[in-house]
Amino acid sequence: MSAEGVGASPRRVGGYGRVTGHQEYLADIRMADVLHVKLITLDCARAQLISIDTTAAEQVPGVRLVMTAADLPQPVPRFGPQFQDRPVLAVGETKYHGEPVAAVAAETKDAAELAVELVEVEHEVLSGGVFSMAGALDPASPLVQDPELRPNDPLAETNVLREHRFGWGDVDAEVADLVVENTYEFPMVTHFTIEPHGFMAAPDGDGIAVWSTIQHPYLLQKMIAKILGLPLVKVRVFAPDTGGAFGGKQNPKLEPLMAFMALRTGRPVRLILTLEETFQAVRRSSAEIHVRTGFLEDGTMAFQDIEADFLIGAYVDIADRVVSKSSYLACGPYRLPAARILARAILSHTTPSTAFRGFGIPQLTWAREANIDEGAHALGIDPLELRLRNLARHGEAFIPGDTPADGDWAQTIHKAAGLIEWATPVPPGRGRGLAVGLKSGPTSGLSYSTVRLLADGSGLVYAGTSDMGQGARTIFAQIVSAELGTPLDRISVVMGDTAAVPYDQQTSASRSSVFMGTAILRACRDIQAQLRTMASRLHGIDESEIIVESGVVRLPDRELTILDVLQAGLGRLGGELIGNGEMRKDVDPDHPLGGTAAFFEFNCTATEVEVDRETGETIVHRYVTVGDVGRALNPMQVVGQDEGAAIMGLGHTLMEHIILDESGRIMNLGAIDYRIPTSKDLPLELLSESVENADGPGPYGIKGVSEASLLCTAPAVAAAVTDATGLVIRDLPLTPERVWRAMMEQR
Amino acid sequence: MKFAHASSLTFTVNGTVHSLDVATHHNLLDVLRDVLELTGTKECCVEGECGACTVLVDGRSVNSCLMLAVEADGREITTVEGLASEGRLSPLQEAFLDEGAVQCGFCIPGQLMSAQELLAKNPHPTVDEVRDGLVGNLCRCAGYQQITAAVLAVAEAADR
Repeated sequence: MSAEGVGASPRRVGGYGRVTGHQEYLADIRMADVLHVKLITLDCARAQLISIDTTAAEQVPGVRLVMTAADLPQPVPRFGPQFQDRPVLAVGETKYHGEPVAAVAAETKDAAELAVELVEVEHEVLSGGVFSMAGALDPASPLVQDPELRPNDPLAETNVLREHRFGWGDVDAEVADLVVENTYEFPMVTHFTIEPHGFMAAPDGDGIAVWSTIQHPYLLQKMIAKILGLPLVKVRVFAPDTGGAFGGKQNPKLEPLMAFMALRTGRPVRLILTLEETFQAVRRSSAEIHVRTGFLEDGTMAFQDIEADFLIGAYVDIADRVVSKSSYLACGPYRLPAARILARAILSHTTPSTAFRGFGIPQLTWAREANIDEGAHALGIDPLELRLRNLARHGEAFIPGDTPADGDWAQTIHKAAGLIEWATPVPPGRGRGLAVGLKSGPTSGLSYSTVRLLADGSGLVYAGTSDMGQGARTIFAQIVSAELGTPLDRISVVMGDTAAVPYDQQTSASRSSVFMGTAILRACRDIQAQLRTMASRLHGIDESEIIVESGVVRLPDRELTILDVLQAGLGRLGGELIGNGEMRKDVDPDHPLGGTAAFFEFNCTATEVEVDRETGETIVHRYVTVGDVGRALNPMQVVGQDEGAAIMGLGHTLMEHIILDESGRIMNLGAIDYRIPTSKDLPLELLSESVENADGPGPYGIKGVSEASLLCTAPAVAAAVTDATGLVIRDLPLTPERVWRAMMEQR
Repeated sequence: MKFAHASSLTFTVNGTVHSLDVATHHNLLDVLRDVLELTGTKECCVEGECGACTVLVDGRSVNSCLMLAVEADGREITTVEGLASEGRLSPLQEAFLDEGAVQCGFCIPGQLMSAQELLAKNPHPTVDEVRDGLVGNLCRCAGYQQITAAVLAVAEAADR
């Protein structure tokens, strides 16, 4: 093992700029002649727009444009990754707190801010806004979406966007000795990337250039091209490395508005959202999930019957896919004779919910694992034993028609149980809990890469992945280093420019190391094949007798470096070798999700907690997370992702939730009132370990790793709270207030 | 209020003296980023909670979003750009890279500045003291353990 190749933990590629302040995030990009944009929003959720008077705002010195929906093509273009429902600016009615109704572009930020105050939006706050599940399902409530946007949709006259039904076997025919059923709630939470979202756009010849803090630059390119009626080549998207994304930056939001403003003014325009505006742009769906599990006396699970309602926002974004993809896997990693799953995506007058690390699975895992714990308790069976009894074995087709279990998941559970010392007595005053989480990787995907081996042996990698902190640049460089023997400091990874880098479908579902990694591996193998041809020509040896690997060219009688062969082969003109690689997993139209899981992320989390009887505070003494990663290509980065996801999971488990007032306004808007874990909110001991059996589909046997450890944080902590206190709380977060109140009721 | 008067400001940033006119309502963060183009200092919450904009003012860590630029008159400011000297990274910068403390990187300038002050005041902090010292710097990638390890590694190395 080299210090830079597979299994090594070299310094992060791109790390130097991040510690010196020279890394250029979107807001750091300087642009000559730029206009500063500010949004005009209303301090209410649902309002009818009567008129917008821009006269006074336009008279502010330096203001160049006040754009309203009336200035856009009519009907106002709508867009979205799943449904074309989100308008460029609000049309007729605002549907959530903070939905933009107009925007100002001015020479300075000060002028833009002043003008925003002077735009007069005559509006009427509409009563009856839909902010809760019950409200959405009340037939007397207004429809969030205009039924005209939902032609031929039998549900168009309801606030239910879609119903998804999955399952196998016959739940009603299964016999159980014990049935446990309850409803579990999961709160709305927000991504809270430390880098707020930002956007820029500028006329670019007869096309347009757009800069965005976006995870999917090629999706943005496609959407802008469609809205503006331009060929793809006339839309150039720049996607600088983001300061965190976690799913919230997957899909376009304000880029179409920025494109129209740039074209209208003929100038570059720039909009950096405030943190508050970022809160109003993205969130995770809240959920109410009813789980009914049938158990045999010995703990064998006979069936699961799950109804999951997700409260999505006013526009769909990717939320319906979150609902369907996660619900499909609602029963987790268990062997079940029968399963019935009904999931509903329900519209509301709230922030559009979108992808957020775990993609719906944390909500379902909370409900399922908590329900299983209740079953174990009622049966008097150790919850660890009960899980192992029902766990799918490696290779077992636990979901009919889908990818069989792709890991030795029992090994992961045993490792976590060992680290939490499950078999030893729990110290007085404490409790232990354990849970498992399972998430599918991508169901389809397409990544291309080009690798250029330059004449001096240095390498250039082109990858359309977004490095948002997960460390994709490092992983990709390590693959090239492993294949071509090039040191990391002689490899550059080019990303974030659709005019320079070949297509990549998206950066999501922990796919990049597996999908783009495979494309890069294949591009390197393409170069190795060319080197073999070169060596054959140079030395008069048949290609079949030459092996190229890990930086060396092996001839039957001797070994050469790749650089020797490359330079001799390129000759006096120099030049380079160009390798191309593709990784494709096609859509399967017969599969309910459009494809089987490329891999699974499996995690077992175990905790030991103490609950303060006076304050209700949960103190996590020990927190163990073990993930089945296939192979840790870069162990340091795996631990970073794993611990980071665990701490994020502790956020929604113990402290985070968006609070709405009666008119749908977010009451805890901003960093003071919405708390995320700080350095002092960590478990007293936090252990992250991996199981590595090299059984993943990615290069060298890797799987995706970036989401697993927050999938089951909540049930693992809640089980420990129950163990310590005897309390069963079925609503998150487990704030001191909620736990304290429950303890008061218990007395 | 929005078109407040300009005021002259003379201060030292990373060893260089600057004299400029600034709007009295602009905060130090605005002036560092927009006027001096020192964009290593980051903007996030602008209410003193996240720590992304942390700089040193006369050696004390300050949320530059909460300090008016004119208040910096006569003071010495250090930003993340001032930590490395002659292309050589500071011990903290090196340790952050070695320990894997840097993920997306957006909070890192602020973390480094807070850590810099912490070690200047307390060269041998305990784990709890490091966590206390950096509690005002949020990291959503949550590399808190790695950041703490990096600070402790620098403290330990200084002993040798």
